[in-house]
Amino acid sequence: MKKIIDFKVFLNGIWKENPILFIMLGLCPVLAVSGSVKDALGMGIAVIFVLTGSNFVISLIRKIVPSHVRIPVFIVVIATFVTITDYTIAAFFPQIHKNLGVYLPLIVVNCIILGRAEGFASKNNVFNSILDGLGMGLGFTLIIFVISSFREILGNGTFMGKPILGSNYNPFLIMIMPPGAFLVIGLLIALKQKIEKRKKIC
Amino acid sequence: MLNEANLFFIFLSAFLINNILLIRFLGLCSFIGISTNIKSSVGMGIAVVFVTVMACSISWAVYHFLLIPFKLEYLRTTTFILTIASFVQFEEMIIRKKLPTLYRAFGIYLPLITTNCAILASAFLGIDYKLSFIQNLIFSLGVSGGYCFVIIVFSAIREELEIAPIPENFKGVPIAFILAALMSLAFLGFKGLFKL
Repeated sequence: MKKIIDFKVFLNGIWKENPILFIMLGLCPVLAVSGSVKDALGMGIAVIFVLTGSNFVISLIRKIVPSHVRIPVFIVVIATFVTITDYTIAAFFPQIHKNLGVYLPLIVVNCIILGRAEGFASKNNVFNSILDGLGMGLGFTLIIFVISSFREILGNGTFMGKPILGSNYNPFLIMIMPPGAFLVIGLLIALKQKIEKRKKIC
Repeated sequence: MLNEANLFFIFLSAFLINNILLIRFLGLCSFIGISTNIKSSVGMGIAVVFVTVMACSISWAVYHFLLIPFKLEYLRTTTFILTIASFVQFEEMIIRKKLPTLYRAFGIYLPLITTNCAILASAFLGIDYKLSFIQNLIFSLGVSGGYCFVIIVFSAIREELEIAPIPENFKGVPIAFILAALMSLAFLGFKGLFKL
């Protein structure tokens, strides 16, 4: 029996079905903009907004849309939300918009969003779809926050632009360059596999 | 600026220096997913080259001949994604008819080309750099060639990893990322090749 409002759906996105660690979707922006915590949070908020908005609209129209044209319809809905986000950020936070660059309009092809639209919002009611969008978006933001903190602190000695490791710190420069991103996500997934294995033994 | 450089530099810059996979981090889902064996990587690489070059040219034309004259630049995201999606459908039909073995090897990844960010990104970047049509063509060839090259090399190394002694927790995806980090490090070396 499915409940109308099920808060488990919300928690699912944050750990149990975390989009990055467990389903391995939507990796590109995570690696590309995680060089600084500020940009990463900007990206996270943009994804939360697009995901929640598109989940909401898609679950509203799920009974009207014929199933064989559903994917193009979903894509248009998502693209609309991405355009709104893109222009809003350009108007209010021009610096972040400049840093995120091409990755902001590319949210439209982020597999998480189409994946949730197809896998969840097209089968569930409006409330649960909004909760799912929020949960998945938060899960995404959490991971991008962790990765960018690692990279910014080690690679630049700063956190949110403020120096925290003192002036004597010799930055581990490779971390804010592209290879650092691959390294951190590799280690993170290895850690996740270790945790899962331990759970199985217990 | 890139739009003043000559064609060879544009190609090289897209192919090596700003490699779409290792430096720009685009198209990673299919990269990690399909690169477990060489055969499907070659297929995927060629499919991406074909789709990218065609899709970029079409979206360049749409942008310059439709969106700009009617002042509809804000519809860029929507139009480009639809152009590419319909193009991938077309390619899928051809491959299913002509090359059924390849079609089976692609599995779910061919429809996923639609959501392959590498393709949409090269369409966007061509517009952002204000390239001319010929420059855009060479640029998209460079981007997709870089994708094709890296995914083939990467899958060759990954096949060797199957029999290598890897720490238990790193088996599968994590070691692939560590490998990508090392390759990315190597590609960083190309940055010194020339300045743009």
